[in-house]
Parts: sequence; structure tokens; C-alpha cells
Amino acid sequence: MPNFNDILVLLPEFYLVAAACVLLLADAFMTPEQRPQLHWISIVVLLVAIYLVIAGQPAQTVTAFGGMFVRDGVGEILKIFALGTTAMVLVYARPYLVDRKLPIGEFYTLMIFAVIGIMLLVSAGNLVTVYLGLELLSLSSYALVALNRDARLPSEAAIKYFVLGALASGMLLYGMSMVYGASGMGGTPGLGLAQLHQVMAYTTAPKLLLFGLIFMIVGIGFKLGAAPFHMWIPDVYQGAPTPVTAFIAAGSKLAAFGMAYRLLDAGMGDLAHQWQLMLAVLAVASLAIGNLVAIVQTNLKRMLAYSTISHMGYLLLGLSAAGPEGYAAAMFYAICYALMGVAAFGVMLALTRAGFECEEIADLKGLNQKSPWMAFLMLLAMFSLAGVPPLFGFWAKVLVLEAAIHAGMLWLAIVGIVFAIIGLYYYLHVIKVMYFDQPAEGSVLEAKPDVSLRVVLSLNALSLLALGLYWGPLLGWCRHAFGL
Amino acid sequence: MFNHLLSLLIWLPVIGAVPVLLAGSNRPDTARWLALLVAVATFVASLFLLVQYHPDVGGMQLTESHLWIAAWGVHYSLAVDGISVALILMSTFVGILVIVGAWEVIQDKPHQYMAAMLMLEGLLIGVFCATDALLFYALFEAILIPMFILIGVWGGPRRVYATLKFFIYTFFGSVFMLIALLYLYQQAGTFDMATLAALPLSMKAQTWVFFAFLIAFAIKVPMVPVHTWLPDAHVEAPTGGSVVLAAVMLKVGTYGMLRFILPIVPDAGGHFAWLIIVLSLVAIVYIGYVALVQEDMKKLVAYSSVAHMGFVTLGIFIAFLLVREQGNVEMARLGMQGAMVQMISHGFVSGAMFTCIGVMYDRLHSRQIKDYGGVINVMPWFGFFYVLFAMANAGLPGTSGFVGEFMVILASFTANPWIALFAAFTLVIGAAYTLWMVKRVMWGDITNPHVAEMKEINGRETFVMIAFAAAVLAIGIWPQPLVHLMDTSVSQLVQQLAIHKI
Repeated sequence: MPNFNDILVLLPEFYLVAAACVLLLADAFMTPEQRPQLHWISIVVLLVAIYLVIAGQPAQTVTAFGGMFVRDGVGEILKIFALGTTAMVLVYARPYLVDRKLPIGEFYTLMIFAVIGIMLLVSAGNLVTVYLGLELLSLSSYALVALNRDARLPSEAAIKYFVLGALASGMLLYGMSMVYGASGMGGTPGLGLAQLHQVMAYTTAPKLLLFGLIFMIVGIGFKLGAAPFHMWIPDVYQGAPTPVTAFIAAGSKLAAFGMAYRLLDAGMGDLAHQWQLMLAVLAVASLAIGNLVAIVQTNLKRMLAYSTISHMGYLLLGLSAAGPEGYAAAMFYAICYALMGVAAFGVMLALTRAGFECEEIADLKGLNQKSPWMAFLMLLAMFSLAGVPPLFGFWAKVLVLEAAIHAGMLWLAIVGIVFAIIGLYYYLHVIKVMYFDQPAEGSVLEAKPDVSLRVVLSLNALSLLALGLYWGPLLGWCRHAFGL
Repeated sequence: MFNHLLSLLIWLPVIGAVPVLLAGSNRPDTARWLALLVAVATFVASLFLLVQYHPDVGGMQLTESHLWIAAWGVHYSLAVDGISVALILMSTFVGILVIVGAWEVIQDKPHQYMAAMLMLEGLLIGVFCATDALLFYALFEAILIPMFILIGVWGGPRRVYATLKFFIYTFFGSVFMLIALLYLYQQAGTFDMATLAALPLSMKAQTWVFFAFLIAFAIKVPMVPVHTWLPDAHVEAPTGGSVVLAAVMLKVGTYGMLRFILPIVPDAGGHFAWLIIVLSLVAIVYIGYVALVQEDMKKLVAYSSVAHMGFVTLGIFIAFLLVREQGNVEMARLGMQGAMVQMISHGFVSGAMFTCIGVMYDRLHSRQIKDYGGVINVMPWFGFFYVLFAMANAGLPGTSGFVGEFMVILASFTANPWIALFAAFTLVIGAAYTLWMVKRVMWGDITNPHVAEMKEINGRETFVMIAFAAAVLAIGIWPQPLVHLMDTSVSQLVQQLAIHKI
């Protein structure tokens, strides 16, 4: 039964809920002049949350509320990076919001609620908690996408996101209900992932269980944005305000990995031989569709959307290895992707101004002449996304490929590497536009004078290089979380 | 400090590129002088290798090793043998010359150009001394980044096509090597190249690994039929880019063969040696003919590079044939030695040829042979150097080009006179395409009025020419120091060829 200890275990989450409510109230009572201060307050709120997560790190896995919530190493790492990348997004977002006069208060509050959703999701110990966290994240994201509600494209994106997201949630819920039925247990404990694992061996309805599993994988595939459940990704990425896109690219991918890990390993680990191949198929489809369709994109956000799909393919490569090694590699990949994605969108945000979205690839023409530092940061992000050593993205790819080979799926690794070559082209194309082309007539392309944005963005992009040169500790940390 | 000489050699140019970059486009001269300072410092540091490395002992020396990635047991480990020392010295030497060569030529963002060159140099040195396969791979791939930028920003009209082709082509090859390395890692539990060399592998596994390595290195060398990126990249690259590409970067391919194919998959290497030998002969004969009909000077030299690199691969794999089928270690050593000398020699000769073409291009903005003619009348000093390098390219005795080719032909004669016959064809074809080019460019009357306006080379260009000429003649007339430097290492490599690992 809930007691004080349970609350302590959930302290970072409770703290964030309280902080979000305070922010909401503050927003209501602040004058328009005071409102920009919410920016710094929310960043501090997130930093304090990171501190609480780190400071309260339990020595071993702790559960709360009867196993509904699990606090372990995996959750901690995902939370730290989700909070960290979200804080970065907030830093990058400020000039964008101010220039476009978007509702500031709502943005920060919704962002924090979305992060709470992520934190619940990655710590879920129970099917209900999974659903709860997922919906909190999704609903906040739908609203965030529609933040600029008067424009056509964002509204369209939000509706698409909502309709498809609701469908996916329904699938997930349907799958969960089947699994619950197949487990043959009554009452809420039956929804616990750990218990599910135990009863799996004795189920009298293996077919029902398998059906449930398939529906759950559809839900996971949707959240990850893996093909063939990727339809929403390009429209949402393109239509959403760029800071929101950055958040969806970073935070929600970490969440999706956490959710996949909780459901598949903690809950359905015994069916690994079943879902391994399903994930492999999703991985191949994502790699193919993501990389091939990205080649023809002219809109940078849309290209990055397809690139996300392909990156989720690589992440699935690690997941489908279905072992601690593979999970560690996939988590490493998710963290890596979050940092790369935020950096790439960060450069776009640094270059935008009112009336200039900087979202076409052609908009970056001659960036190296106009603003060499921004071009260099984007170069780092692009080479990292492409997986060229010595940048971070390369090592993440190596890890998932190794995991796939280790699991005896050499063919999958070869498919992965072949699509890495194809994917190289569109990243190189961006670099080509920035470095080899002359700037268009009258193009301004100046980075925002905002110091915090410049500093954080530089650190963000340089971290891709630094982590590429020395990624041992992070890998060790990820492996430690999975007991290696 | 000298325990970290190799690290110093890698990181000095890479870190040194940062202040060069920071000098910015407003202070081009600061950037140039800084870059020269770094390049000279690196060269001086590399001379210490000659002091520290003991050629008679052989084996890997100056070892440095630090745990890099604990979870995988990957080490940041460096070491050199005689072959690496020779290649590193060549890289640092050429490193200075490309900086000097680009001095006034590169007016657009010189700081970025110089910084990219320095980074490229540092990474190339890293490739030549890495003894951990994963570290090697990372450096091997990382060299693509500065080269991509160099060709793309400062290249010719079709630079975008050329640089994308170059990057994707070479990347395509090396990813298969990555898969092979990951496979070997699963077998051996380490990326340490010495341990991988001792790892027993079945013939089937060796065959797969062999082809994965082969595709990576064959593209880099480049061997026929995967050489098609090279003419494009060379033609479009700026002069300095071409020089580094031909002089140093192609050697990465053959060096990789020595470090990976020879020790790790010797049985498959021996089994498929005929394939490489045939491809090398095709490169020597057929590509020689292709070079003959080129109308663009850079393309001509690029194709002649492919033909000359054919000698390097021929020398390496003829050694397999000699050791494994005839047990003739002495001749195998000669062939291998010849391949190594050819590697170094080709570095200087092709570098010099591309510099010469760059000098002419700066004046006339054309690389077409037909636009020239009678250049010697207006540029006698330049003509002297040009003809000297052309002779070296044709393999004239007394120049460096002769030594390596002669040793390889001699070794292949012992293996099979037919191979030697085809290899010796190069003496005819090489002379034909080079001398014909000299005839059309240098001799004769001035037909193009613009040629009459060409100015004689200035002091800076003369310095570069003299430096190249000194290296070409030194190796040609007195190759003994170079041979001695690599001799023990070559013997050790040849001994490894005989080991059966199945």
C-alpha cells in the first residue's frame, strides 16, 4: 500500500507535477512582459529534476505502489537524457517562440507534462502505468504540435498525429487486454509486467497471447515511428513548430525505447523468439523506407523525419537482438539519436527568424560563407547521423550491428550496413549545400545573437565529436544498467 | 615525451588545425604561416622516428597503448615498423609541400583549406600506426571527411559529382570491412591486430573475411575494376588534394592489405593470390593503354597512378605465390621489398606530377594537353623538373620509379615468366604515355598564344619542385637507406605468409 517511501521513489515525478502546476498558475497571473521569465524558470525546473533523479538513484532496483513503478538503472539513464535534451530544446526554442509570438506559458507547461509522461513510461512496471505514461506524453505532444493553431500546416499535422496516435493507442490497449486475458490472472497485479513474465509459461491460451503481442508491437512500432507505422512522422515533423519537432525527435524516442524495453523484455521476455523476427522485419522496412524516401526530400524537416525512421530501424536492430547486450546497444543508440537530432534541429532553430523558417534544404545554401561556425555544427550533426567515424553516430551504429551479429543475425547487420551507404547520400547532400554551394541572392543566414542558444548548441554538437572520441564511459553506463 | 612520439605525430597536426581555423578568413596570412609551422613541426617530429626506431630489430616498436573502450577491450594502441616509418615520413614530407604549394593558389578561405590539409595529414599518420583494428577503421574512415571537403569546396567544375562519388564509393567498400572486423571480434574477443593475426580461422571464414577486406582496400588502392572514382576525384580535386590523394591516401589501401589480409587471412590470400595478380596485370597493361588516350593531363596521371599501384599489389601477392607454391622466401622478399619501394616512390613521383600540372593550371586554367605545347620555351626551369618527373613516372633507371618496378618484375620472373612479361609491358606503355604527353606539352612550337604569356616558376614553386626532385633522385640513385629501413619488417611479413591458420 502507498506509503511515504513510495512517494520518495517517485520524488522527481511528483516534483515535476507540482512544478508544472505552479508554472501553469504563474502563467495565468503574469503580465505579458513578465512571461518570458518562464523560460529560465522551466529550464531550472528541469535541471533540478535531473539533480533529483541522480541524487535519489537507488543502489538497486526499487519498486513503488505495488510494483506499478520501477526505478532502476535503465529508467534513470533514459530520464536523465530525456530531461537533458528537453532542457536543450527549451534553450533553442526561446527565440523561435518570441519571434512568432507563440503562447509561451502553454509551451513550457506542456513540455513539462510531456516529460512527466516520458518518466512514467520508462519506469513502468505495469501495463496500466505504460498506458498512463504513454497517453500523458501523447496528449501533450498533440497539443504542442498544434501550438501555432492559426496556421494550416500545424493544425493538419496535429489532427493527423492525433487520429493515428489514438488508433495506435487503441491497438496497444487491445493487445494489452488480450495479454491480460491470456495471463489468466484477476485484479491489478495481473497487469504487472514482472508477474506477467512468471505466468507466461503456464498460459493456457498461447495463441491469444501471441495476438496480444502483435497488437502491442503495433503500438510500439507507432511510437518509435518504425515502418510500416511511420505514416505520421513526416507530416508531424514538417508541420510541427521546429522546437516541438526537436522534442519529438529526442525525448519521445527515448520514451519509445523505454516502453519497448519494458513491454518486450520485462513483460514478454519469454516470447523473445516470437518478437525477435517481428522486430527484425520492422527494422528492415524502416531502414528501406526511411533511407530511400529521404533521398528525394527537399524539406529539411521532412528529410530528417525519414532519417528518423531509418534510425529507428537501427535501434530495432539492437532491440531485436533480445539480450542485455542488444538492449544496451539500442539504448546507446537512442541516446545518440536524441543528441544528434536535437543538434540538427538546434542549428535550424538558430538560423530561423520571423518569416524565415529555414526548413528547406536549399535555405542552407552557402551557410559556410555566411556563418561558418553554424555550418560546422551542422556538419558534425550530419556526419554523425550518417555514421561516419570518428563521430558519435558511427559508434552507435557499430554497437547495434555488433549486437545483431552477436545474436546470430548477420544478414540483418548486412542489410543495416547497406542502407547506411544509401543513407549517406542525403546527409552528404546537406553538407554539399552548406559548403559547396554559393549563398542565394539576399540570403541572410545569421545565427541568433542569443548567447545561451549559441553556447548550448555548440556544446551539444561538439559533444557528438567528444563522445565519438571517448564513448567508453557512456557505453559502460548503459551496459551496467542492463547488468553487464 | 618521446614515449608518446606517435601520439604527438597524430595529434600535432589535428590539434594544430584548430588555431589555423580560428585565424579566420580575415587573417589569411596568419593561417598560412601557422599551418606551415605546424606542418614543419610535424615533419621535424617525424624525423625523430629515424632516431627512435631500430631497423635491425624489426617488429612493432615505439608501442603506445591505453585502454580506450573498457567494455569492448578496445585499446588506443599505436606502434610502427619499418614500413610505417617510411610512410609516415613520406606523409609529413608531402604535408609541408602541399601547404607551401597552396600558398597563394588558394585564395578562397585559405584557413579552412590549410586546416583540412593538416587534419588529413594527422589522420593519415594515425592510419599508418594504429595497431588496434577498430582504431584503424575509425581513422581509415575519418580521412574521408577532410578529403570530401577539400574536393568539394576547392575543386573544379564537376567537384560535387566527384566528391560525392569518391565518398560514397570508398565508404561502400569499407563498411564490409567493418562487418568482417565485427565478426573477427566475436571470434577473438578483441580488436588487437596482433591477436587477430594469430587467430585460427576456417577456410570458409577466411574467404569471406578476405573478400570483405579486399573490397575495402581494393577501392582505396584502387584496383581494376573499382578504380573509376579515382580519375574523377583527381581531375576535380585542387592540386594539393590530388597530391595527398595520390601520394599518401592510395597507400592506405596497400598498407591495409599488409596489415589485414596478409596476417589475418593468409590462407585465403594465398588461395586467391592469382586473382589479385591478374587484376594487377590488367591494371598495369590495360590502364596503361587507357592512360595513353587521355586528353586531360590530370586524368592521364591518375590512370598512370592506377597502373603504378598495380605494381604494388602485384609485388605483395607475387610474394604469396613464391612462398606458398615455390617456397622461395628470398625472391618473395625481393618482390615485397619492391612493392614497398614502389609505394614510397609513387608517392613522390605522382605528387610531383600533380604539382607540375597544378603549376601549369594556375597559369593557363586548363588541363587539356592540346592547349599546351612548347612550354619549355617560356618556362625552362619548370620544363627541367617536369621532364625529370615524367622520366621517373616512366621508370627511367636512376629515378625512384625504376627501383621498385625492377624488383617486382625480377621477383615475378621467378614465379612465372609470363607474369613478368606482362608486368614488363609497363616499361613500354609507361614510357609511351608519359613521353607522348611531354612531347605534346613541353616540346614543339608555341601554338597557343596564352602559353607564350606563362611566367617561369617563382621561388616558392621552385622550392617544392626541388624538394620532390631530391626525393625522387635520392631513392633512385641510392635506395639502400630506404630498403634498409624496411628490410627487417618486410622479412617478418614474408615469414607470416607461410603460416597456415586453418
